[in-house]
Order: sequence, then C-alpha cells, then structure tokens
Amino acid sequence: MTFLDQSHRQLPTGAAKILHLNWAIILLLCAIASTGFLMLYSVANGSFDPWASRQMVRFAAGAVVMLIIAMIHIRFWRAMAPLAYGGSLILLVLVEFFGEVGMGAQRWIDLGFIQLQPSELMKIALVMMLALYYDWLDPDKVSRPQWLIIPLLLILAPVALVLTQPDLGTAILLAAGGGVVMFLAGVSLWYFGAAIGLGAGLVTLVMQSRGTSWQLLKDYQYRRIETFLDPSTDPLGAGYHITQSKIALGSGGLSGRGFMEGTQARLNFLPEKHTDFIFTTLAEEFGFVGSASLLIMFTLVVVFAMTSALRNRDRFGALLTAGVGATFFFYFSVNMAMVMGLIPVVGVPLPLVSYGGSAMLVLMAAFGLLQSAHVHRPR
Amino acid sequence: MTRRGLLLLGAQLSLIAGLGYRVRQLQVEEADRYRMLAEENRMNIRLLAPGRGLIFDRNGVPLAENRQNYRVVMIREQAGDVEAVLDRLARLIPLPEDRRERVLREIRQRSAFVPVTVTEHLSWEEISRVASNAPALPGVLPEVGLTRHYPKGTASAHLVGYVGPVSERDLAAQESPDPLLQIPDFQIGKTGIEVRLEGELRGSAGASQIEVNALGRVMRELDRREGVPGQDLHLTIDGGIQEYALRRMDGQSAASVVMDVNSGEILASASAPSFDPNAFVFGISFDNWNTLLNDPYRPLSNKAVSGAYPPGSTFKMVVALAAIEAGLVTPDETVYCPGHYQLGDRRFHCWRSGGHGHMNLRDSLKQSCDVYYYDVARRVGVDAITQMANRLGVGVRHDLPLPAISEGLTPTREWKQRRYNEAWLVGDTINVGIGQGFMLASPLQLAVMTARLATGRAVEPRLIRARNGVPEPIPGAPDLGIPRAALEQVRVGMHAVVNDRRGTAYRSRIADPEVEMAGKTGTSQVRIITPEERARGVFRNEDLPWNRRDHALFVCYAPFDNPRYAVATVVEHGGGGSAVAAPIARDILMRTLYGPVPPLAAYPPDERQEIERRRAEEPAPEAPAAPTQTGRA
Repeated sequence: MTFLDQSHRQLPTGAAKILHLNWAIILLLCAIASTGFLMLYSVANGSFDPWASRQMVRFAAGAVVMLIIAMIHIRFWRAMAPLAYGGSLILLVLVEFFGEVGMGAQRWIDLGFIQLQPSELMKIALVMMLALYYDWLDPDKVSRPQWLIIPLLLILAPVALVLTQPDLGTAILLAAGGGVVMFLAGVSLWYFGAAIGLGAGLVTLVMQSRGTSWQLLKDYQYRRIETFLDPSTDPLGAGYHITQSKIALGSGGLSGRGFMEGTQARLNFLPEKHTDFIFTTLAEEFGFVGSASLLIMFTLVVVFAMTSALRNRDRFGALLTAGVGATFFFYFSVNMAMVMGLIPVVGVPLPLVSYGGSAMLVLMAAFGLLQSAHVHRPR
Repeated sequence: MTRRGLLLLGAQLSLIAGLGYRVRQLQVEEADRYRMLAEENRMNIRLLAPGRGLIFDRNGVPLAENRQNYRVVMIREQAGDVEAVLDRLARLIPLPEDRRERVLREIRQRSAFVPVTVTEHLSWEEISRVASNAPALPGVLPEVGLTRHYPKGTASAHLVGYVGPVSERDLAAQESPDPLLQIPDFQIGKTGIEVRLEGELRGSAGASQIEVNALGRVMRELDRREGVPGQDLHLTIDGGIQEYALRRMDGQSAASVVMDVNSGEILASASAPSFDPNAFVFGISFDNWNTLLNDPYRPLSNKAVSGAYPPGSTFKMVVALAAIEAGLVTPDETVYCPGHYQLGDRRFHCWRSGGHGHMNLRDSLKQSCDVYYYDVARRVGVDAITQMANRLGVGVRHDLPLPAISEGLTPTREWKQRRYNEAWLVGDTINVGIGQGFMLASPLQLAVMTARLATGRAVEPRLIRARNGVPEPIPGAPDLGIPRAALEQVRVGMHAVVNDRRGTAYRSRIADPEVEMAGKTGTSQVRIITPEERARGVFRNEDLPWNRRDHALFVCYAPFDNPRYAVATVVEHGGGGSAVAAPIARDILMRTLYGPVPPLAAYPPDERQEIERRRAEEPAPEAPAAPTQTGRA
C-alpha cells in the first residue's frame, strides 16, 4: 500500500496530466493519420468523399477516446483487463453465429452504427490480460511449465476463434502480440524455440491438409500462398494483387510521380487501394522519399513506445506499453511486407492509414492505454 | 525486462531495416523496370485508319471515293434502359427485329462502356433525326465513318475493282500483316486496281495513345498522330468513254480496249457484262453472288485483260509483216485462192468457199483471204511469226496494275513439244497463219498490237496517269525496227479493209474524210465444224448453241494519217467480226475522237437515219457528267 500511496502522491492530477502525456507519440500518430487522409483523398481522385472525410471523423473520435482513456488511472484499466478479455472472447463466439459475412470471412457484428470486429478488440484485450497475468505472477514462476498453461490458453482461445472466421492474418498477429508479452515477462527462450518448431510443424501439417477431408484452410488461402510463392502462375487472378502492388511501388521511384499523379491507383490497377494496399499509393505518388518517411514515423512510434515501456517501473504498465507497441509494429510491418511481396497477402491493414472503422478506434484506444500507463507510471 | 526489451527493440529495428531495404530495392534499384510496367499498364495504342486513296479518271471524275457512312452506336452504361431506348430509336430510323436482337445480344456481352454499332449506312435525314432527338436517346451516339463508294458503278467495276472486309486469307497472304488490318471494319482491296495498288491506296496508320484504366475503359487521349492517307490515283481512263464502251456492248459478252497509240494510255477498258462493285463493299448476298458466278457471260471476269481468244484474221497483219521483213513477200506478189489450200491430204478452207482468185497483200487484208495467209505463213515459218507477234505485243504480258492479266499464247515448236509432247507440224503453222490453232490473244494485246502497227513503236499500255496529282512520266516508246515500207504496206491494207467498197468492214467506216479509220476484222472459230455436222446441215454459226459460235473481233485505229487512238473489240461467240465487232469498235472510236455526240456526217450514209432515230429517242445521249471532254484533245 505504501508503494501505491507514494506513487499516487507523486502523480500529476487533473490538467497537469495532459502535460505528462507522451506527446512525441501523439504527434507521430497525428502525422501518420494525416498521411492517411492525404492518401485517401488521392485515391478518391481528389475527393474527401467517400473515404478521407469519414476517416478524419473517426480519427477525431479516436483521439477523444484515447485522451479519455489516458486520463483514467492505469489501475482502473488493470482491473478492467479480465472484463475486456472476457467480453471480447464472448463477442468472438457470437460472431460465429451472428457475424456478417464479407470477402469470404465471417468477421463483423453489425451494431447498426458500426460494424464491430471483435478480433480487433481482442488484439488489445489479450495484451491487457497477459500483462495482468504476468504482473500478478511471481517472477520466479514465469518459466515454470505449469504457469505457462494459463497464458497459452489465453492466447490460443481467441486465435482458434479468429482462425475459424477465417482470418489468418489477425490470428498470427494475436499470437505474435501475446508472444511478445510472454517474452518480455521473462519466459525462457527454450519455450520460444519449441513454439517456433511447433509452429513450423503446424504449417507443414496445414499445407499437407489441402485436398483432404480435414482441410484446415479455405481454398483461396491456399491459392494465396501458392500465388505468393510464384505470382506469375496467376497474373490476372490472385497474383494480380501483388504484381500491381509492386508495379505501383517500383514506379514511384525516388521522388514519386507527384500527389494525385499515381496512375496505378487512379486507374484502378491497384486492388483495395484504400484499405490494405494504401501504402502502394503513397509509395507511387511520393516515391522512396515518401515511403521511407512513413516508415521512419512508424519506427519512431515503436521506439518511443519501447522506451516508455523500459522506463516504466510498473510491471503491468510496462508490459502493456510494450505489447501495444509490438502490436502496432506487427501491423505495419506485416502490411508493408505484404504489399512489397515479401510475405503472402494476409489482409492486414496499415495502422492509422488504411480506411477502416473499428481498427482505427481500437488502435486509438490502445494508445490511450499506453498513454495512461505513461502518465500514471511510478516516479 | 530491460535486457529483453532492448533485444525486442533491436529485433524490431532490424526487421524495419529489412523493410527499408526492400523499399529501396523496389523504388530505387528496380524503379525503371516498374515504371515501364506501369506505363504498359495504363497506355494503349489505338490505331487510326488512314483515309484510303481516291481513284479518279483522267479528267478528275471520281471512280472510287470515300463516302461518309452515318451510323448510330450505343453505350450501355449511358443508355440505362437499353430496350426502352431502342424502342424510341426504332420510331426514328428503320430497325428490323433481327438487327435489334443482335444489338441486344452484343451490348450485353461487351463491357458497359464499349460502344456497339446499332445500325449504319443511314441517310443524312435519318442521322439528323437521331441527332435532334438526342435528349430522348441517352447513350445513343450518331457517328460518321468512311466507306468506299464507286460513283460509276458497273462502268468501273473491272478496272477499279472493290474493297471488302479483311479475311483470314488476306492476313495469311502477308508476311508481316499491317496492324491496320486488325481494325474492325477495315476494308482492303479485293480485286482490280484496289487490290493491285493496295499498298499505295491504303496509306499508313495513325495512332492515338490513350490511357486506360484496369477495366480497359478509355480515360483520356494522351497523344495523337494522324496517319498518312493513301495516294490518290488518276487513271488514264476516260470515264465517259469507259461508260459508253460498256453501254455499247450491252447484251453481249464482250470486251473493248481503247488506247492512245502514242502514249500507251488506256482510255477505256470495258468488259461486258459488268456488275455493281458497291454491292460488294458491304458483303454481297449469297444469291446475288451465285447469280454472278453462274452467269454464262461471266460478268466477274475482266475479259479485256484476262480473256484469251484466237485472234483470227486480226492476226494476219503479223503474218504479213513477218513475211515482208523476211523478204518473202512483195506488195505486188499474188497468191491464187481457189477457196482452199491443199497440204498433202489435208485441205484448209478459205472463209469464202468459192475462192478470192489472185490476191496481193492489200487485197488479202481487205478481203481477209485465208489461203493467201496459209501460203505465206507456210513460207515464213512459225518462228518468224511468233517473233513478230511478240514484238507487236501479242503473247507478251503487259504490266498493268490489274489482276489476272492474260499472257495470251504464241505457240512455238518447243512449246508444243513441252505441252503435248508432239512435233510441230506444217499444218500448225498454217493454222497460226490465220490466227487460229493454238494462238490466243487478249483484247488488251490486240489493242497494243494495233497501236504498234499504227506507230511502228513499242508502245506499252499504261493505266496510271498521276499519283497524288503528280503526273507519271511517259517513257518514249522505242522504235520496233520494222521497216517503214513494210508497215506502210500493211496499213494500206488495213485502210482498205474499212474504206474500200469491197473491204470487210466497209459498212463500219468513218465517213468523215478528215478522220479515216483503218482496221481489220476477225472471226475466230471456237471449234471446227465437224464433217458430221456439215452432213447434218449445220453450216452457219447461228445454227450452233451460243457457246460454240465464233468470236467476233475487230481492231482499228484512227485517224489513218496521224494515228491517235487504237481500239480492239472482241465479242464472245458474237458471230462475224465485220457484222458484230466492227460497228461496236467504230462507235467507241468515234466516241473517243469526237466526244459524246459525234457529227452525223461521220457515220456511213446508210447508218445516219438509224443514228438520228436513236438520238431522237434519247434526247440527251449522254448526261453532261464529265466536266471535260477529251475526244478532241
């Protein structure tokens, strides 16, 4: 109690908390989101309608949510972790039965005003829950096998549910986010080696299952993997995405074709130009200068998040901050690697830039938690 | 936690570095390659068809022109309710049910933004109706294209030919096909000058560089380079003479060639019957095609240059010249004609069974005595005769830009050996002496022969007068090297044929003493009347079915003193040259010399009444279509 009381005394109160926010991250988020507005304006052929305007409204709403969350003490959010996790898990189950089917996957619950993706909520809830668990767990016990069962179950339950939607990309990112928290909590590296070996075995199994009665992935997912390995086999079908995406990136050159001059996006050669493939438009119109700048901004967010985590002596806050940062890192790096043709097309948006409702709100909420942990860190 | 945190950050940063490296690779190192691919993506080249070269006659009267083809196209995405719009359109222009079905089918298959042709060849009134009702017809666009039209129709059909859609065979025939041929609706020459001078008439493609989106929709035109239109051609043909010649041969299967003896220019090359080339431009119906194909008068064949007929007696000048040049015949030397010529046990008949008596060169031509030429040909031999024939342009391929030009045939000993594996017989030479046997010549060759007889020079026929308005040079015709005296003797004979009261073509003479005509009749047997037929009483041509009757031929030139024009006429299975071919050739020659209305005084007195009567029936003998006349030029 003394620890808490002391820290409480040292904490800023009211408006003073605003000054203690991690402004570097906030400014970077604003810059990244603005880049997104610019690109959405461009891919709509110089129009705020239909994407840029709505995205701006969502970002503004997300910013308000972020600030509100940031102002509330981290202890509250720590207490909320089981509720957030449990609620998200229930929603993931519900989506199995009531979800809206779109693009071959069952992902959304239509709440009328918003199409909620429970898997988005789970991204942050899982990190919260694991941070809570390892905050609670005696550090000596972290690497003991019996104490691995609970976190593994916490991770596998939502991953399994998301896989059945099916949404391979989100499932991988959930597992990766959880893995990062476990890694930072000090779980022995041997386990990670074993997990990677198990994962590799699982991938082999999944690939072997094609065409059998116990087939684990949808046919289109197999095709995506095949196409990724050799896009030329299907230049007009699945390989079209990655081919056109690389053309857009490459043709941007060093300095780009200029704002709204990207022919690949403007002439609709780019698929999903306003969502998952939005980075290619930026790369085409602003070239290497533009894409490197965006990459640097993303990197700085990760760096500031990690430094904030490393300075935070509150174990829950530190793990949560690192978890949010890592999730953010995974999102943009998987998206970029995907559009550059380094990994298969898995349907992961570029955080803050891609057009999307719940992803934006959840991400801003996550950064709200990060800010709360930052503001309310022990001093 | 700190150690692992730094480790994690390090791992993240190195992965980001990997991404950065990849971006650099794509955007800096491979940028050129991808930029090219992006351009390939968005750019399309659309070919622009050049205007096809026009074809005129020698006076600038169009023989082949490009007419505006008004058509209506429809774009589905702008039309909305396609059926309703078609209904409204059908109230303005004729739109048959089957056509409507086809449009509906096509418009559903194509992308929404691709224009589909609804109907074409509309009149100006029809297209105006469509244009003025535009607000009620969304997605309907009046358009104008170019299609070939032949104003002179039948008169120019065999010469100018016609164009048609590109066929698979046309494509296969070319080594590296012109990309233009891939343009839908593009038309190329199918016959006549249109096909032989295709390269000059077609021109070269223009290109429009357009930006397309991923669906192929045209976004905008980036660049446009107009094509080079094809060359305009002025033919040596006089449209008026050409039309007249065709009309004069109406009802016959015949051909006439009119040639300027000095320049070699072909003023008319008519083949009857003819056909309407305009019917071919948009695809002729199967029935019409079959009718043309099965017509025994062969309207599709250009008999003037492709036909090959035994020249008959019109060949006698060749034999005479060969003999005079060989020194075997003098003008005064006579041959006795008893009505037949005996060679061993074979008897060769003269057309006049009673015989001509003693014949000299002039009389032998004038009365076309066969026995004279049997005798002379035998003395000269086939070699000298064929050599002379070739010098005069018979049995030689004349290079005109027309398809299927006949080479005719001047038989030689080697030819017979090769063709029939038989030795040449004296009887063969005797047959050649009267232009029969194996001899074959086209009307064009006969015209060339006549022109060379009239001038003594190796005149070559020409059909192109100017390209793109630049006159073609007329090469001087070299002298044939035939002694003037020899030519003079033959010409005197040809003069007598027409102007001597006992000449075979006396009834077809030109009475105008200023413009005397010289000529030679010919009647060539298609087959020999067999002794059995003789026994059955078949003597006269008229008793035979049409396709076995004799060909009627006449060659002539005028004026006699200062030759300008030569005419050769062949009437297939027409009967006698003097009765059938000579009047036609004479009339065409008069039309050439005098223009549309030759003076009555130029006709022989016994024909004048008939001519007057005909002119009274047709008050305007020829519409003043041709702006200038060349007859007196």
